[in-house]
Amino acid sequence: MTAVPITASAPKPKGGFKLTPAALIWPALLYLIMTTQVPFFMTIYYSFFRYNLVDPVNRPFVGFANYAGLLTDPDNLRVLGNSAVLTVGTLVLTLLLGGGLAMLLHRNFVGRAFLRTILMSSFLVMPVVTAVIWKNMLLNPVFGFLSWLVTSLGGTPIDFLANHAMGSIVAMVTWEWTPFAMLILLTGLQSLPDDQIEAARLDGASPLQEFRYVVLPHWMQALEVVVLLETINVLQVYGEIYGSTSGGPGVATTNLPYFIYQKAFAEYNIGVASAAGVITVVLTNILAIYLLRMMSKNVSSGGH
Amino acid sequence: MTTLPRTQASIDAASRQRNATIRNTLLTLLTYLLAFIFFFPILWMFLAAFKTEQQAFQTPPVFFFTPILDNFSTALLRYGPALKNSLVAALGSTVLAFVLGLPAAFALAVYPTARAKAVLNWMLSTKFMPAVGVIVPLFLLFKNLHLLDTLPGLIIMYTTMNLPLVVWMMHSYMTEIPFAIYEAAKVDGASVGTEFFGIALPLALPGVSATALLAIIFAWNEVFFALNLTSSDAAPLSVFIGSFKTSEGLFWAQLSAAAVLTVFPVMLFGWIAQRQLVRGLSFGAVK
Repeated sequence: MTAVPITASAPKPKGGFKLTPAALIWPALLYLIMTTQVPFFMTIYYSFFRYNLVDPVNRPFVGFANYAGLLTDPDNLRVLGNSAVLTVGTLVLTLLLGGGLAMLLHRNFVGRAFLRTILMSSFLVMPVVTAVIWKNMLLNPVFGFLSWLVTSLGGTPIDFLANHAMGSIVAMVTWEWTPFAMLILLTGLQSLPDDQIEAARLDGASPLQEFRYVVLPHWMQALEVVVLLETINVLQVYGEIYGSTSGGPGVATTNLPYFIYQKAFAEYNIGVASAAGVITVVLTNILAIYLLRMMSKNVSSGGH
Repeated sequence: MTTLPRTQASIDAASRQRNATIRNTLLTLLTYLLAFIFFFPILWMFLAAFKTEQQAFQTPPVFFFTPILDNFSTALLRYGPALKNSLVAALGSTVLAFVLGLPAAFALAVYPTARAKAVLNWMLSTKFMPAVGVIVPLFLLFKNLHLLDTLPGLIIMYTTMNLPLVVWMMHSYMTEIPFAIYEAAKVDGASVGTEFFGIALPLALPGVSATALLAIIFAWNEVFFALNLTSSDAAPLSVFIGSFKTSEGLFWAQLSAAAVLTVFPVMLFGWIAQRQLVRGLSFGAVK
């Protein structure tokens, strides 16, 4: 047996150049390390300095002063609050709307595929386009379509972006992310075997019971995917704010990414912007880990 | 229930059937109505692109008009360079992400080591890194390396954005190839290169095109890096459209034409890749 050469299972070296599996993985890994981890550690480093590009030579080490400044100024705390309102508000609305639309599309009717295509469209619109179109053509208090609608229904025109700025941003982001929730929840529904519903109906389950005990447990995984990915993505919303309110009025619609953009590229305050960046990364990762934990627990306990 | 007279039961069944039909019709109508409401901003933009500036502004809104194409010819004058930049950045970053990601996905799928799962998860976790956590040093590095406002600079960051997606998606497609095929090739003495180019790549080709469509959509619609790392020479469509934000209420028809030209190419891609979109958006968790 030992005399027979068994080389077939191992990759043969060819002409001095040997392609190993590990050598295939490293380029991608190195690329991601170079473009995400290295700059992040540099962000951490900068966050400990008072560093403004207007005066780049004078760069004293200030310890945690940038962090302390960020976390004690009430205006900055409002930025954190804005991020939370935007994320939670959008998440709740998209789950309700997306879930409802998924259930409506999970029926047999003429034009179902067409409506699904129409309904997913807003997810594919570039965020800046959403912002400028909504800001000008829908929400403008004088010429906007919604103002005309409100007036013709007997109301008085509303200056949405001035008086309900955060509500307007939540509406735009909800418009963009509802199709995401809808598509994933619809796919989740479609993987539910029909006979489970039939069985529940034969057992005399009410529609509510049917939803609570048959549909919902099966839906959990899709719901979790929506909650996790939407939270992480909506925390990073930037284009919608950049193109419509520019964070205003005041700081009413300034979220973490927009705040960092202002600090870094309007005030050239590299130290403070870096500290805020580190806070954002830490927050996002705590949330992501927490959500992933919660989900893996649900998956293991939701089997029956 | 069974004690009811037969006739009564059949009447009940008939009325239940009728109620169900009515309810179903109403739900279908509701679905159509909601779809119309959701699509309305896009429709309104599309209509405005064919109006005169005066019509686009008018209150009450104009629904019926003679369409004109002037806005498109005006928008196209400025649209050209931005379109070229968007195309180069989206295609360039997609190609680079595949060059780096395909071999990695192949090795992780066909030669899974104990750490393969950890490597995949780590790559996915880089998607949890907010762009604002890296933008400041990147900006300073790019400035020193003269990469600011250049297409290579944009391609570098879009590749970072799409690489985890490519690895995850292609890994998922390549693990669907029956392992026996690789085994047979190994018995015939195939090298790693032959397995990759001869088996994995051709069999996963449908996955390649679906994933490429997704990567192009994401790169095309990216805003944050575009706005902060480019200004004029390399400015893609997102920056071009952003430049309209100050022309408040002035050129709605022109803005709409430019927006239509920006949105519709990728919307078409998205419509085509609907099924794969769900798989890609959920990183293969929901198929």
